Amino acid sequence: MKEYLFSKSHEWVQFSNATTAKVGISDYAQKELGDLVFVNLPEVGDEIAAGEEFADVESVKAVSSIYSPVTGVVKAINEELLDHPELINSDAYDAWFIEVEEITDQSDLLSEKEYKELNS
Amino acid sequence: MERKTHLYDCHVKAAGKIVPFAGYLLPVQYETGVITEHMAVRTSAGLFDVSHMGEVLLKGQDALKNVQLLVSNDCGSMYDGQVKYSPMCNESGGVVDDLLVYQKNSQEYLIVINAANRFKDVDWMKAHLIGDVEFIDVSDDLSQLALQGPRSKEILCKLTEDEKLPVKYYSFKEDVNVAGINCLVSRTGYTGEDGYELYCKNEDAAKLWQVLLEAGNYDLDGNCKKADATEDFLLIPCGLGARDTLRLEAAMPLYGHEMDDSISPLETGLGFAVKLEKAEFIGKEGILSRGEAKKARVGLNITGRGIAREACPVYINNEQIGVTTSGTHCPYLGRPIAMALVDIAYNALGTQVEVDVRGRRIAAEVVALPFYKREK
Repeated sequence: MKEYLFSKSHEWVQFSNATTAKVGISDYAQKELGDLVFVNLPEVGDEIAAGEEFADVESVKAVSSIYSPVTGVVKAINEELLDHPELINSDAYDAWFIEVEEITDQSDLLSEKEYKELNS
Repeated sequence: MERKTHLYDCHVKAAGKIVPFAGYLLPVQYETGVITEHMAVRTSAGLFDVSHMGEVLLKGQDALKNVQLLVSNDCGSMYDGQVKYSPMCNESGGVVDDLLVYQKNSQEYLIVINAANRFKDVDWMKAHLIGDVEFIDVSDDLSQLALQGPRSKEILCKLTEDEKLPVKYYSFKEDVNVAGINCLVSRTGYTGEDGYELYCKNEDAAKLWQVLLEAGNYDLDGNCKKADATEDFLLIPCGLGARDTLRLEAAMPLYGHEMDDSISPLETGLGFAVKLEKAEFIGKEGILSRGEAKKARVGLNITGRGIAREACPVYINNEQIGVTTSGTHCPYLGRPIAMALVDIAYNALGTQVEVDVRGRRIAAEVVALPFYKREK
């Protein structure tokens, strides 16, 4: 199982090779956001940049931006989330948002241990 | 600096997510989450701390005369133990606040006002008192709990005698002994569901909270995190988030959203509580001089992808016809809805509109209010 790395803005990234990775939000983030009812995802082929917004999620109460931990091109989106945003609440590490390829840059990423310490 | 209600420690113990609201620190939700809390009220029962609400007493020979002058609804033929909803208007026919009038007798009224408007309302009422009347702001002396949902009566009957409870919707009884606690109990609420609001002394609030949750079989010691909480419990604590989604689904207007100092209560759709045939009330001339309503409150069913919140412009083609006043994803209906104030020419059911959500236009349709109505 590939390890999860974390941004300080609570996204996770899981690399499958040096330039390809899946991106989602942490379990801590889904708890803080509450019941999610809507997800807006980019389109395949969109260029995204580390530290910049690439998606937004809405809980019953509020809208929150999701920031990309990597710079690259959207290879795939998890279409299942569009109809079932609650999957993020039930398993944040399984509910990937997008898969990114041609990755050329990344934010400062933390190991799972470092990330846990940040939120404790 | 926000204040704490007398139930603050109960909310922290129940792992409530605390936020500042109307000058108070209150739970927006508990670990169960807004959707579960919302559904609990629709299918079983929920318990809310609404102690932030303001309460004032009007006492004396001219109490009724003052009530009649202050509010737009007609309180002249109320029975003792009746509750009536009304806007309270300013001279120009806008709304100072909306409130509930409780008639204890024709010389004593309890008026329940919005927390966010408490000091404005108190100043307003005091400035307009006439004749022999005593005005007392009792907001800091009372706590208020709202027990809402179809199983509310069953729960409350475990703690008090059935015949002591108010029967009719919008009626109340005083000196109801609920597990040894003296309460004023009204059959009222802000959820579109059957239920009760219980007023007690601050020092009794935590005990009342506890006995109600126990009567609802809620596990006070174990944290309730389950999405299917209502399978195990009759009653769960609910936060401000669910209070807002519930009132919105039931299309109950909220001050500061569907009403404010400039919006006429007729535009908000509160004509049923504006009695222009009444001899006199503050705002009557203002409302009359505005003539026919130019705007109307409508329901919007969001048919495109997205969620409209408040203050989103509403368009037909490129003409802005209004603005949303509240909007959310509705847990019971399972889809996004909104209320909007629009040009009255476009209030017909079925009118197709677009709502601008953060620069993106999404499709919506004018639908009948309320979005949700309970089966009786």
